[in-house]
Amino acid sequence: MAISRRDILKSLTLTAVTGSVLRMIPLEAAEYAHRMVKAEKATAENHAYAPKFFSPRDYKTLQTLCQTIIPSDADAKGAVEAGAPEFIDLITSENKDYQVALGGGVMWLDNTCIDRYGKTYLDCTPQQQKEILDLIAYRQNAKKDAGLGPGIEFFSFLRKLTADGYFTSEIGIEYLGYIGNTFLKEFPGCPPVPEA
Amino acid sequence: MQVKRAPKTYDVCIIGSGASGGTAAKVLTEGGLSVALLEAGPPVVPETDYKEHVWPYDLPHRGAGVGGRARRGLEDEFLAPNGAWEIEGEPYVAAPGSRFRWFRSRIVGGRTNHWGRIALRMAPVDFKVRSHDGMGDDWPLSYNDVAPYYDKVESYIGVFGTKENISSAPDGIFLPPPKPRCTETIIKKACDKLSVLCIPSRLAILTQPHNGRAACHYCAQCGRGCITASNFSSSQVMIPPAQQTGRLTLITGAMARELIVGKDGKVTAVSYIDKATRAEQRLYARAFIVAASTCESARLLLNSKSTLFPDGLANTSGMVGRNLMDTVGSNGGGYFPALEKMPAHNHDGVGGMHMYLPWWKFDRKNEFLRGYHTEFGGGRNMPGVGDYDDLCEKFEGYGSTLKRECKKQYGAYIGFSGRGEMIPNENCYCEIDPNGVDQWGIPVLRFHWEWSDNEIKMARDMQESYRAIVEAAGGIYVTSTQPDGPNPYGIADGGVIIHEVGSVRMGEHAATSALNQYCQAHDVKNLFVTDGACFVTNADKNPTLTIMALTWRASDYLLDQAKKGNL
Repeated sequence: MAISRRDILKSLTLTAVTGSVLRMIPLEAAEYAHRMVKAEKATAENHAYAPKFFSPRDYKTLQTLCQTIIPSDADAKGAVEAGAPEFIDLITSENKDYQVALGGGVMWLDNTCIDRYGKTYLDCTPQQQKEILDLIAYRQNAKKDAGLGPGIEFFSFLRKLTADGYFTSEIGIEYLGYIGNTFLKEFPGCPPVPEA
Repeated sequence: MQVKRAPKTYDVCIIGSGASGGTAAKVLTEGGLSVALLEAGPPVVPETDYKEHVWPYDLPHRGAGVGGRARRGLEDEFLAPNGAWEIEGEPYVAAPGSRFRWFRSRIVGGRTNHWGRIALRMAPVDFKVRSHDGMGDDWPLSYNDVAPYYDKVESYIGVFGTKENISSAPDGIFLPPPKPRCTETIIKKACDKLSVLCIPSRLAILTQPHNGRAACHYCAQCGRGCITASNFSSSQVMIPPAQQTGRLTLITGAMARELIVGKDGKVTAVSYIDKATRAEQRLYARAFIVAASTCESARLLLNSKSTLFPDGLANTSGMVGRNLMDTVGSNGGGYFPALEKMPAHNHDGVGGMHMYLPWWKFDRKNEFLRGYHTEFGGGRNMPGVGDYDDLCEKFEGYGSTLKRECKKQYGAYIGFSGRGEMIPNENCYCEIDPNGVDQWGIPVLRFHWEWSDNEIKMARDMQESYRAIVEAAGGIYVTSTQPDGPNPYGIADGGVIIHEVGSVRMGEHAATSALNQYCQAHDVKNLFVTDGACFVTNADKNPTLTIMALTWRASDYLLDQAKKGNL
């Protein structure tokens, strides 16, 4: 049975008026309705994203760091293509604790790079950038140099948020190989489990 | 301010529209009574409220919520609306030294919009615990009294499961279960090796079309609300048939403040705040059913003081607010290298586990009394925020190696959640906080909480069992807990499992209980408390199915009493 968009809208309007009346929406209609909801809730195109919290320069640093944490490689595109910096900037703009942790973290990184190399992180050579990241990417380095503590905390938090942004993106979800969020008439169960 | 009086006197006024209130509304309206149903929240509108099938990337916050709320343990954006650990303007407090959290749903259908749909019958022994082991109290009714109502509820709402003939987990009237997922196949094998029971779960989700509702379409998103009403919620399954009788008046945005008692000692009216106008309203009825949720119901009674009932309505026993219980919860998890190698496949299934572990050590002596069941899940679920926190912390580093490690570990974890029976104790209760009111001017609750040794031993047993099961399944147990501190062996804080019950308990005697076996107040004949508050004990069975069965039974009794002119 084919169900038109008009039928769906009519049934939705009816139910909205009468309150919580039992829905007897057939599967096909439900699927159609879901797509409509999804389309309405879809975000605007984000390629021209204007940062809400980070300054243009700090946002560039954030993008660079995100892409270093989850890079584009032969397997799949990276964190920037997946929109992780937009996601991080958005929630940071709404959360004072994040503003201190991440805004302060980017500045700590720049200050530290100026102390060590005489220039900000973005202006450092790839070798210098790798050197500082290798120091703050591992907790055990704080044992040798307690001064790295703030950088380690910052990078640890940014790594988690970058993973959040990446693996909740279309790119990240496809990379992981999640299959689902769909309509099945029957659940097929487990395919044969390969011998360990 | 002028108090407005509703023009009509209803046969029954029900306060709360969740599992209990919805069931009462259906049974009573179908029985011919006129019913006013008060709900403190707004109506639920599935087409706009539910975020079923939305991908994280469809939302700018990716499910993390404004300011990353979900990362701080608050609700994610996908959850069905208006269920929350904190409600702005409606605080509660925990007494010094007590750890308690309270999940409330201000919406038509209440917490049935959010729950895990786990629908377990209490066993015969669960109703007679004191006779069995000397702790707690027996219920004033038996399994055989409730069984016909379990039948009615299951037949109506639809529950899948299998007949297993296990004494700790009575069989019900079941729809066929869904096929196991890979995670469940692996754990089932390990449990067989260890002689641990592992059987198809029992969830209020339709695997076949049922009573006019469509079968599940296996998207695993029940917690977001189900647009086809293929899972049970009061809002979509109980309230619609009540509305169809034409005898239901649903009043939303109505925060009950006080029950008013007449000179004859019966309740005559409820005073409530109409949230939209902040005006006090009065609604009159011949009988009242309080089903506002366990703690909210106790709060309403305690706030309903009169010369006849100076300590709160129906509280001559002093039991209102006492006997508060939650479920003993402790979680464990394992990493399974075998799952790394699984081909990509649709693992979604229903919104919840396809198999579970009923209590299996009921026939032996354990280090603790009573038992627990175990829920488990994991595998190739839809990715969400926070999923990679642990991996990022342990693996560290950055770059393609980190990225590949995330992919390698995706879907290879299985988590276990123990759900055990707590024995009520005198240190767990709620009372009116003398110092505060909510934004509606209503005094708020203060919670007192302390686990006893029995619960902590149970949590330890959960940890040991889950380690054994994970290792028998070829996995690596990744959970570590401490035997001391605020959460020994990972025991969850009070309220966190969202199984609060017992605060207006039933019993044989008016001196030690507030209600009789029909949820009718000993002190006030036209007052019933039908939600989890009426429980005497909190078996290791999620309470919702029993709440509905007891409410149905109480409603039948109320109908009978109404026919006899006894109200």
